[in-house]
This record gives sequence, structure tokens and C-alpha cells, in this order.
Amino acid sequence: MSFILDYYNYWVVVFLMMTGFYIVISANNLVKRIVGLNIFQTSVFMLYISMGKVNGGTAPILVEGVDVYSNPLPHVLILTAIVVGVATTAVGLSLIVRIKRAYGTVEEHEFETQGDVI
Amino acid sequence: MFEQHLAALPIILPLIAAPIVLILGRSTFAWAFATLVSAAACYFSWQLLWVAFDSNVISYAVGGWPPPWGIELRVDTTNAFVLLAVTALSTLVLLYAKDSIENEVAPSKHALFYTAHLLCLAGLSGILLTGDAFNLFVFLEVSSLATYTLVSLASDRRCLVAAFRYLMMGTIGATFILIGVGMLYMKTGTLNMLDLASRIDLYDSSRTINSGLAFIMVGVSIKLALFPLHMWLPPAYTHAPSAVSAFLAGTATKVAVYVMIRFIFTVFGVNHVFEEMGMDLILMALAIVAIFKCSYMATVQSNVKTVLAYSSVAQIGYMILGLSLVSAAGLMSGLIHIFNHALMKGALFMAVGAVFYRVGSVDISAFRGLGKQMPLTMAAFTIAGLSIIGVPLTVGFVSKWYLVTAALEQSHWAIAALVLAGSLLAVIYIGRVLEAAYLQSASPDSEPVREAPWLMLLPMWLLVLANLYFGIDTSLTTDAASSAAEWLFQTTESAAQGSAQ
Amino acid sequence: MTLLIDLVLLAMLALTALRIIFLKDLFAVVMLFGIYSFLSALIFVNLDAVDVAFTEAAVGAGISTVLMLGTLALTGRNERECERSSLLPLLVVCVTGAVLIYGTLDMPPFGHADNPVHEHVAPRYIQDSPQEVGLPNMVTSVLASYRGFDTLGETVVVFSALIGVLALLGVRREDNSLTPESGLKSHLVLHVVAKLIIPMIILFALYVQFHGDFGPGGGFQAGVIAAAAFILYALVFGLPSAFSVVSPKFLQVMASLGVLLYASVGLYSMAKGGQFLDYNKLAANPIDGQHYGIIIIELGVGITVFAVMLSIFYAFSSQVARLNIR
Repeated sequence: MSFILDYYNYWVVVFLMMTGFYIVISANNLVKRIVGLNIFQTSVFMLYISMGKVNGGTAPILVEGVDVYSNPLPHVLILTAIVVGVATTAVGLSLIVRIKRAYGTVEEHEFETQGDVI
Repeated sequence: MFEQHLAALPIILPLIAAPIVLILGRSTFAWAFATLVSAAACYFSWQLLWVAFDSNVISYAVGGWPPPWGIELRVDTTNAFVLLAVTALSTLVLLYAKDSIENEVAPSKHALFYTAHLLCLAGLSGILLTGDAFNLFVFLEVSSLATYTLVSLASDRRCLVAAFRYLMMGTIGATFILIGVGMLYMKTGTLNMLDLASRIDLYDSSRTINSGLAFIMVGVSIKLALFPLHMWLPPAYTHAPSAVSAFLAGTATKVAVYVMIRFIFTVFGVNHVFEEMGMDLILMALAIVAIFKCSYMATVQSNVKTVLAYSSVAQIGYMILGLSLVSAAGLMSGLIHIFNHALMKGALFMAVGAVFYRVGSVDISAFRGLGKQMPLTMAAFTIAGLSIIGVPLTVGFVSKWYLVTAALEQSHWAIAALVLAGSLLAVIYIGRVLEAAYLQSASPDSEPVREAPWLMLLPMWLLVLANLYFGIDTSLTTDAASSAAEWLFQTTESAAQGSAQ
Repeated sequence: MTLLIDLVLLAMLALTALRIIFLKDLFAVVMLFGIYSFLSALIFVNLDAVDVAFTEAAVGAGISTVLMLGTLALTGRNERECERSSLLPLLVVCVTGAVLIYGTLDMPPFGHADNPVHEHVAPRYIQDSPQEVGLPNMVTSVLASYRGFDTLGETVVVFSALIGVLALLGVRREDNSLTPESGLKSHLVLHVVAKLIIPMIILFALYVQFHGDFGPGGGFQAGVIAAAAFILYALVFGLPSAFSVVSPKFLQVMASLGVLLYASVGLYSMAKGGQFLDYNKLAANPIDGQHYGIIIIELGVGITVFAVMLSIFYAFSSQVARLNIR
């Protein structure tokens, strides 16, 4: 039982990561792929934040009379990673808008058949 | 003052210059300023290489916080050597870009091009110099985002799809690296590469570390376009503006090769990756398939930029083959090839870009008769092409020589033979272009073509001369690469002994 | 109790993610993604990562969702059926998932205080940073000072995104007479409420910006919130009026200046004889130096993020406006 309690969080996070990854590589619509990418990345963030948690700890902001804090380092890393994620999303979505204008579609199989994609 | 900050300057300079270029806005100012900054970065990385020769390691604690608490920039001959190739190629490409970009990119986007180029340079320098695993991820994303932008700047609509696929693959790769770094951090509590190395040894057989290794290797393999994860590369390099292809082919994937070397030799240690996990066999098999499959693909393409793109994937195969030999000689051949390949592919893509500038097409049929009409451009293409093939007196020969020697040192006769056989395929794909240029005549109804402008020829020929110079006087490249390879092996072995005690 | 909350949230996340796979209506997909993002922000709160939760809610659920909706307005809201084999992706995902599960087996147990993560580097951040850096919020200390170089990189990534979006979409200043009036412009209630709310949002952004040293928040969150105020203004009063308040060109200069402000702190500390971004050298007293450094770089982050987020919104909505004119 303690084994499950110790690891359930990681397993669910792995499941979420793989759901996102599946959407990324299987979806046909480019917008949906970007959504999948975001789900994939957000779940990776959960993996990082899970490892920073200390049972009985509190948020890493100094308070009188508290001496168990969760680890601030994963939080910092993920703050950075979230920003990187939204930057990638913005560029990806702009590409989609341009692809729609150039090819008239954002479905992978439809512009593949237009002949000029290698 | 500069000596003290030598390790930080190649990152900081382009990073600060990028927003200034955006504010400057005007095309010519932006170009001149970006080129100057890139040249300064190149000068400082040259200095850095000499300091690294003398003192082996330079450590620079950003923010004044000692590692592992703060972020450390850590320079040795390995990254100083690759950095020199990256900054030098960046400077030459920027010189070349003025005419090429005016022809291929809408005028309103010129300043954006130079900004993105500098951001890409800053990102690549950051990846090379940092000694922190997470900081590496951040700079990887800086360079990647700039790269997607650069690829999508071309006027052909196909560049958009190519850039989008590149973005998807690149982001998946970066996320895999993030997962891998997370697993290492979870087990060791640190992100500094050296500190990781010493603490990973405590958990050598841990399943978490092994799985982290797998994720980092797959993520980096996507970034360096290792067969079979290379599918994003040929379209991206084919449809990007010529100046962008010239820059990326020589730098982006090669920096990823450096990242792989860094993780294998410094962070995980050769013993762990190769002897316990057996990764050398996997890498060797993939490298050989890459060399043959992609060289063959290069021989059947009709677009010359696609030919060169597939050739790039094949050349990455040679680098990975070198490091999969697990010897100082093999690693050295890989490092030399990173430097030399930047010289050859840079020159080849520049020549093809010059043809596009004058003829407006890079189809193999467009090269007919160009030997007479654009003699300087085609001579540059020829010499750089001979270099790819590995003809003596060129840098390509030097790379192949060290690779074959390293293979023979371990009595891998078959591998040495395969390397030579791969060169034969290069003869075919370069030969097809040369045949069109020199032996076929231009169709009579086509308009006469003039030689490319001098500002394109100058950087192209500087690279060609470098191809010849470093093919004859190999002291700089071999000294740097061999001291880098020996240093990497030395540190990885001393780390292994340290953990054994 | 925390365990129970955690389990419920994780189950809801799993259901949301699974639903997204099978949905063909992209509008619903994007909405579910917003929900996913909010749920994960709740998970972050539950795991004590308040700063991260704040950012995830502002960025994942806020900006990302808005941008996705903007894209859908241009590309259509239905995914078309396609006869593509899903066997290969499934295989790839299973293999990757298996490697991950294999990796979890040796992971340190969840939440134990003696895990390696909590022992090597982190104790200094927790025990010494209030004295060394002088801030109660350890996340801000680590973000802005110990790992300030990462944050500079992060600001540059945001700036790169601006370059990418400008290169791809550009921001067009349409002729005012051609642009259709915003559909919301005729709603008097919206007008009045927006006028009331916008100053408060900006005030809140400033609070988040400058209170980040003591509580959750900082330049990044503040930038996003301030951008949200202007996005609301643009939605209610139309894009042209927003352009006349903050012009796209001005935003580009602002974004550049934010990055330069951040980097110039580093250059100044170099001139004072320290390493790049060494705030101790900024003032005679190192603690004061840390304070000045962190305030200025957070300001740089805030300015850049605000300008970039608003510019990206401008770029997307001017595309939509262009489509409407046709």
C-alpha cells in the first residue's frame, strides 16, 4: 500500500504525459497537435513539481514559525519552462495561420495531397 | 576587463545586440551591426580557444554564485573549438546574407531576419558554453525558436510546413531532454553537469538514471537529426532561405552533436553509456545506416538543396560513427568533422544560394552550363564538393583520414571500408551537379546569367580557402580536437576511478 | 485530505485529457485544454508551488487559450475525419510510456523529506537565501538571483516568440473606416464594466510586479496580467482604439527595452568588477545590491512579457479583422 502511495502521483503523471504525446503524434489537425503538445508539456511540469513536494511542508515563502518548506528549485525551473512553452505555442499557432492562408487547410492529410510538399 | 569575462561574452554580445537590431530596424544598419557583433563574438571565441589550450578549463560563475547553486559557464577545448566554428560561420553567413536576403525575403522582414539570426547565435553559444543541464534546455529553446522563424522567412509556401514540422519535432525533442534532466535531478539533487557526473556514479545502476539517459539520448538525437529521426531536416533546409540553410547546416545540428558528446563523456561517463548500456552498438548501427540511406537519398533528388540536406544527415552519421568507436581517436575524428563540415556545407549552400540569386531555381537542371556562366561560384562548389567527397588536400580528406585511422586502430576493417564506400556515393551526388554545370550546356532559349555579386563571393571563397588551408595545414584543427578528445577521455576515466574508490 | 484532493484532481485531469483525444470539435478541445490547465494549476497549489500555479493559470489557461481561439477563428472549428492508422503512434507512446514507468520504479518516494532533491543544492536556497538575498520568497530569490541567467534566457525566449510572430503574421494597421466596429461596442453594460475593471486589473498587475519579492508573483505574471487589461480593452472597444492607446511599433520598442534593461544590470555589475549579473556589486551593501538588481530585472521581465503578449494578441486579432473585412 505504501508503495502505491509513494508512486501513484508519478504514474498518473506518466499517463497524462503519454496522452498528450499521443495527441501530438496521432492528430491530423495542426491546432489539435499544438493542444497535445501543451498537454504533454504541462504534464512534464507536474512531474517536476511532484518531486519538489515535501509532506507537511508549505510553499517556499519565509513565514515565522515554519521550518519545513517545499523545494523552490523545481518551481523556478517550471516557471521558466511554462514561459518557454507559451512562446513555442505562439510561434506554432502563427505558423498554422499562415499554413491555412497558403494551403487553405490545416489538416495534415489534405495539404500532403497538394503535391508540392516533400 | 575582457579577459575576465571571455567565457560570457560570446553569449552576451549577440543576446544584447538582437533587441538593438530590432530597434534599429533599417535593413543596412541592422546588417552592418549584426555582422560586427558576430565578428566580435568570433574574435572572443578565438581568444577563448587559446586560453582553453593553456589552462584546460575556464569556469565562470554567472551572478557570482558558486556552482552548483548558481549557473556555471564551463569552457574547455571541446566547446571552445565548436564555438569558434559556429561564430566564424555566423559571421561569414551574415556577410553573405545581405544580397541573398534582399532577394529572398520581403523588405519589411530584413531587420527581423538579423534579429532572429543573432538570437540563434546567442542560443547556440549558450548551449555550447553552459555547464548547467537546465540552462542548456533554455538556450536550446532560444536557438530553436529563432531557427523556426528563420526557416519560415522564405517566400515559398512550402517553408511553412517545413518549419511547422521542424517545430513539432524540435519541441518533442526538447521536452524529452527536459524529462531526462528531471529524472537526473530527481536522483541527484543537482543540475550542474560536473556535479551531476560525480553524483550519478553513486547511482550507476538505477533505473531512473538509465531511463533519464534514454530520454536525453532520444531528445538530442531528434535535435541532431540522427537517422531515423531526421525526417524534419531535409524539408527545412530545402525551403529555408539560402543564407539560413548555410548557417543551420553548419551549426545547429552540430551543436546538438556536441550536446550528445557532453552528456555521454562528461555527465554519464563512457563506462556507463557504452559498456553498461551498450549504446555504442546502437549508435554505430544507426550511423552506418544514416551514411548509406541518406547518401543514397541524396543521389536521387532533383533539388540541389535537398541533395545537400540529405548529405548533411549522412555527414552527421560520420560524426556519430566517430564517437561510437569509443576511443580518443574516434572522438577526435568526430570533433574535427564538426569543424570541417561547417566549412564545406557552408560553402556549398552559399554557392547554391548564389545560383538561386542569379537563376531563380536550384533544380539540378538549372545548373546546366553554369560552369561557364558563373565560373567563380561553380569553382567554389566544386572545391567544397571535392571536400565532401574527401579528396586529399581538402578538409574532407582530413576528417575521413582520422576516422579511418581510428577504425583501423581497433581493427574495424569493415567500418573503414564502409566509410570509403560512403565517399563513393558522395562522388555520385556531387558529380551529378558538376556534370550538369560543366558538361551540359545551357538550353539555348534561356537568358544569359552573370556571376554572383562580390559580397556573396567573398565569404564563399573565404570558406573555400579555409577548406584548402585546413586541408593542408591541419595543426590548429588536430591540436584542438585531439586535446579536446584526450581531455574528455581523461576526465571521464578519472571520474570512473573516483567512484570506484 | 490533501491526498484526497490530489486524487480527485488527477482523475479529472486524466478524464479531460482522454476526452480531448476523441473530440472532433476543436472549440471544445481548446476549452477542455483551458480546463486542463486550470486543473493543473490547482495541482500545483496543492503541491505548494504557488508561483507556478499563478503562472500556469495566467499563461496556460489565459494567453494560450486566447491564442488558440484566435487561431480557430481563422482556421475553422472542426477536425475532419481521416483514415489514418493510429497503430504506429500508439506503439511509440506505449514504448515511451514503458520506459517512463521503468524509470519511476527507482524514483525517490513522493513527498519524503530525505529525498536527494531536498538534500544537496536546495537547503542553501531554503536556509540561507533569506539572509544572502534578503527576500522572503525563495522562488523569487532563486529565479532572479541564483539562477538569474536562466531567467534572462527565458526573457529572450519570449522576445524570440515576438520575432517569430512578427515575421509570420506582422501587425497590420488597417484603415479605421474599413474595420468593422467591434460587435461588443454597442453593449453599454460591457462598456461601463470594462472601464471600471481595467484600472483595477492594471493596479493588480503593478501589485503583483512589486510584491513578487514577498508573495507569489513577479515580473512574468504581472506582464501577463497587464497585457490582459489591454486585451480586454481591445475586445470591448475594438482594435483600432487599442492601437491608438498603445501602438504596435511602441510595443516592439518596449519589448526590446525590457530585454536590454535586464542585460544592462548584468553589464553594470561587470563594470563594477563582478561577474555578469552579480547583484552584490550593485551597491555598497550586498543585500541592497541584491534588492536593486532583483527589482530592476523583474521590471525588465515585466515590460518584455507585457509588450510581447500584447503584440502577439495584436498580431492574431489583426488577422481576424482582416478576414472579417473580406
